[in-house]
Amino acid sequence: MSEVSVNTPKGHVEVKNFSLAYETIEGAVQAVTDTQIHVKPGEFVSIVGPSGCGKSTLLNAVAGFLKPTTGIVTVDGERVNGPSAERGMVFQQYSLFPWKTVRENVEFGLKMRGMPRSQRERAARTLLGLAGLEAFEKHYPERLSGGMKQRVGIVRALATGPKVLLLDEPFGALDAQTRVIMQQILTNMWQRLKISVLFVTHDIDEAIFLSDRVYCMTARPGSIKAEIPIPLERPRQQSMMMSSEFLALRRGLMSLIREESLKAMGGEISDMGLQGLNIELHGHSLADVI
Amino acid sequence: MPATALAEAGSAPAVVTPPTAPPSFGTLALRWYRLNRAGLRATAIGVISLLAFLLVWHLLTTYRVVFLVRFTNVPSPLAVYASFSKAIHDPKFLMHILLSCRRIFIGFSLAAIVGVPLGLIMGRFKLVHEIIFPVAEVLRPIPAIAWVPMAIMLWPTNEQSIVFITFLGSFFPILVNTLHGMSLVDPVLVRAAQCLGARERSIFREVYFPASLPHIFTGLTVGMGVAWVSLIAAEMISGQYGIGYFTWEAYSLVQYADIALGMIAIGVLGLGSSVLIRGAGRLVMPWSAK
Ligand SMILES: Nc1ncnc2c1ncn2[C@@H]1O[C@H](COP(=O)(O)OP(=O)(O)O)[C@@H](O)[C@H]1O
Ligand SMILES: [Mg+2]
Repeated sequence: MSEVSVNTPKGHVEVKNFSLAYETIEGAVQAVTDTQIHVKPGEFVSIVGPSGCGKSTLLNAVAGFLKPTTGIVTVDGERVNGPSAERGMVFQQYSLFPWKTVRENVEFGLKMRGMPRSQRERAARTLLGLAGLEAFEKHYPERLSGGMKQRVGIVRALATGPKVLLLDEPFGALDAQTRVIMQQILTNMWQRLKISVLFVTHDIDEAIFLSDRVYCMTARPGSIKAEIPIPLERPRQQSMMMSSEFLALRRGLMSLIREESLKAMGGEISDMGLQGLNIELHGHSLADVI
Repeated sequence: MPATALAEAGSAPAVVTPPTAPPSFGTLALRWYRLNRAGLRATAIGVISLLAFLLVWHLLTTYRVVFLVRFTNVPSPLAVYASFSKAIHDPKFLMHILLSCRRIFIGFSLAAIVGVPLGLIMGRFKLVHEIIFPVAEVLRPIPAIAWVPMAIMLWPTNEQSIVFITFLGSFFPILVNTLHGMSLVDPVLVRAAQCLGARERSIFREVYFPASLPHIFTGLTVGMGVAWVSLIAAEMISGQYGIGYFTWEAYSLVQYADIALGMIAIGVLGLGSSVLIRGAGRLVMPWSAK
């Protein structure tokens, strides 16, 4: 179990001068342009933005599923050029293997690494215990609720001890209560494992509640519109979501997103945002938020 | 707080049940009946419907009904039963059945051994697909029976040509369904496997193959049906033994009861083999068991 209890943070993600265009019959579709982001070792970073702005594209490039058209993605200084177990991924669509039990799903990465059966069984049990899933180890995914499936998905992605965990709207399909529980579980695991997290969501509350820093993207072609540090102290409680600090962050992000969503829908640009907040656009110095 | 949330999220609330005496046999029987009511009903109706079929058959033949079709020479169920009780002590009849089963076993097994891997490989490697698919598409519409003269020319012995026909009959459904299964494999599952460290071979074994299994089994079931159709036709035309030959010979020898006996034997054997395949499917795919 040494993989999951290492105490030095790792997983420094850097995306530089990044752009990605999809080749289609009508020509190239520019999904993301001129984007720089980074995740410091052990940091929890979210990406928010209107739907279709290229969040998944960016994340898939970090995962290694897509090649950047220009620019470079590195993790701990090494260039990404294909998927690997050092970058775990959790998808919005539940992506558990239906033909494997919960435990076999969690064991998968360890099996791929050639770990002997008894050893990986023990490792999988420990991890499932951490997520409160030990009672379900022999179940097939079909019989699990959405929240449980996604919990298994997270545990599975963490089992191989990745440097970075990438999540693409993982809780998008869950009900509000389950979401809250899932957020706590994710925070908990992140803090224990001290890995970097890059989290894509369109839920602003979720992004603020979970993150150390939030990137807000522009409408397509996506680029970084703003970078907002979240100085809320940890451990964070549900009750914080009512604090003036939280609400101010929320208001700021909300208006940024609204602006972009309107742009995405071809509507007028609403310029009512940023009231009372000194979040500055990406590239400028970021004043302290509140 | 997160720790308790984890624990609560995982385990179902403990329901405190008062200690009760073990349920009596009567209650158990009643419960069993409640749970299996639908199945029992279907069985009961099935039995009644089969008995009604036998009764109608009996009436039509004893009264030698002539109305559009002529039942004058059609054997009655009792005559067939008499013929059956004689046949099961006749080593020649058993020989016919045994030989048919052997032909099916060899022809069908070969079709599965060639068809499934070929379908998997064609589904994974475009070039193989591009080379083999056109040929397969041209040969596929030719009914196995139409192959009889060609088969007799191709193979030195009659036995081989019959097995070949059986093989051809089941080969194409197996191939086509396997291919179909491969084309439906969820790309998200492939990606999930990739970012857990799986390489090409493991992805093939751990994702493509199990994901295609339900369709492979559809192919095997359909293939088994067509294998019997093809076998019986081949035996009637060119056989010397086998249940198809038995049925045709009974007609030539004017043993009408044996015609029906042969037909029923074919039906029972066909049903038996598809039950076997379904059972195998359930064993191999415990996750889809209902
Ligand atoms: N395979 C593809 N081919 C062409 N265009 C695509 C493809 N995938 C995504 N896009 C386009 O790229 C843009 C960004 O997509 P995506 O990254 O999925 O956005 P998001 O995850 O933010 O909703 C969208 O406008 C989408 O239509
Ligand atoms: Mg997306």
